[in-house]
Amino acid sequence: MYNTTLDLTKIRADFPILHRQVNGQPLVYLDNAATSQTPLPVIDAISDYYKHTNANIHRGVHALSQEATDQFEAARQKIQAHFNAALAHEIILTSGTTHAINMVANGFASLLQKDDELIVSELEHHANIVPWQMLCERTGAQLKVIPITENGTLDMGVYEALLSSRTKVVFVNHVSNALGIINPIEEIIEKAHAVGAAVLIDGAQATPHMVPDVQALNADFYTTSAHKICGPTGIGMLYGKEAWLRKLPPYQGGGEMIDQVTFEKTTYADLPHKFEAGTPNIAGGVGFGAAIDYMSGIGFDAIAAHEYDLMRHATEKLKQIDGLRIYGDVENKVAVISFNVDGLHPYDIGTLLDKMGIAVRTGHHCCQPIMDHYQIPGTVRASFAFYNTHEEVERFVAGVEKAVAMLR
Amino acid sequence: MSIATKQADIVEEFSMFDDWMQRYEYMIDLGKSLPLIADEYKTDDNIIKGCQSKVWVHAELEGDKVVFTADSDAIITKGIIAILIRAFSKQHPKDILAADTSFIDDIGLKEHLSPTRANGLVSMIKQLKMYALAYQTQLS
Repeated sequence: MYNTTLDLTKIRADFPILHRQVNGQPLVYLDNAATSQTPLPVIDAISDYYKHTNANIHRGVHALSQEATDQFEAARQKIQAHFNAALAHEIILTSGTTHAINMVANGFASLLQKDDELIVSELEHHANIVPWQMLCERTGAQLKVIPITENGTLDMGVYEALLSSRTKVVFVNHVSNALGIINPIEEIIEKAHAVGAAVLIDGAQATPHMVPDVQALNADFYTTSAHKICGPTGIGMLYGKEAWLRKLPPYQGGGEMIDQVTFEKTTYADLPHKFEAGTPNIAGGVGFGAAIDYMSGIGFDAIAAHEYDLMRHATEKLKQIDGLRIYGDVENKVAVISFNVDGLHPYDIGTLLDKMGIAVRTGHHCCQPIMDHYQIPGTVRASFAFYNTHEEVERFVAGVEKAVAMLR
Repeated sequence: MSIATKQADIVEEFSMFDDWMQRYEYMIDLGKSLPLIADEYKTDDNIIKGCQSKVWVHAELEGDKVVFTADSDAIITKGIIAILIRAFSKQHPKDILAADTSFIDDIGLKEHLSPTRANGLVSMIKQLKMYALAYQTQLS
């Protein structure tokens, strides 16, 4: 009943981890929103880098350093092309999304005044709340919140009412990590720009499922982590419009980010190095580039179509379980299902699924405000990737049924 | 009955189960039968940190023995607490402090002992021992 253009046997052969057993059962990995698995071409790219190229970049005169620099910068250009940034130096390689958001929030400290306003959504990951709260504490700026409606979508009427000439930055996620809902970021960006505010989009949960075009979106900042899209951990990117990146002061001081250093005055290096103090995660950058190549090779349209089918399949089956409630069950979402079963704790369901070899996430998913909104301690979250199969969906649903029967 | 004897009893009971499902079904039953903590002790002060589920533990001294009561909002966690309470409640503080907890391995719940595990079994044991230490000081 579900057809996919993906050759799943071939794809799954690229992921050694998908063939291991957990608790005596073949692994069903449905925690892809937390981190995706790493295919052999990415593992090989990182391994080859260390075997044949490893050197420090941007300063050596020797051949290895030149090659390492070339590979790192080639990765930056791949990332630039993938997200359609106008310029390679608008891509800052960070340790991940959290690092990128802190970089921007910290940069705004010198640009904000008391009583300026920042707007966040209730759907955010803590990583897109806490750095801004810290910024508010430092500057006296006020944090305003776009609430969610009962089905988990943002209340855009309230958003419009919150916008004013005092609004300086709006930061929302492209896709909610706890619920999987795709937010109307085009509209959010346009309306923020109309009052002169900058917009940061946390794309960590969007980039595994779609290819955002940062110029078409007109985002001022867009960020993601490589490990969400089959890349390694510890590397991610901040896209920033050139004008904004020039305006923001550097986040960390150190080597690589300087032009001239004297004890009287230091001048900073040009973009992107101004924001890349210290030796970067070079192998990570290489792996990030390889991950983009890998996913693009499979094709994001086919990925999105297959994942959507997996989610619909799981959603239909789960809804047949008595007392099961899905949060954020809307049409416009990625392949994430966040749910609870009446009277049962998500932790209990997750523990029993783990015993059956099925990996899901339980808890508040770093989104306590959403859990407070629904007045629940957390949810069970199953998140699907392109390498998951309909057989795995069946095993997952059967696992939930079994867990519910045991717990009731 | 000493802690070691009680632990041996628990290990023997669990040895009758053939697979994880039976073990967990038993733990779930134990969780359901756990005598609940009195509401007045279900306070934020009594919550054990480090658990994905909420766990409340209260301790009282009866004579020279420590009596534990506890509750959790998750049933498997309650089952684990029930096992711990069975082993450690109504014991002298110095015996609680001296007790080892390797019986958890023997009943096939080793995975819950990992310090990174979100259920905080390690935190629970630490908390029981903290209470024992406090009462030990009080008694001596």
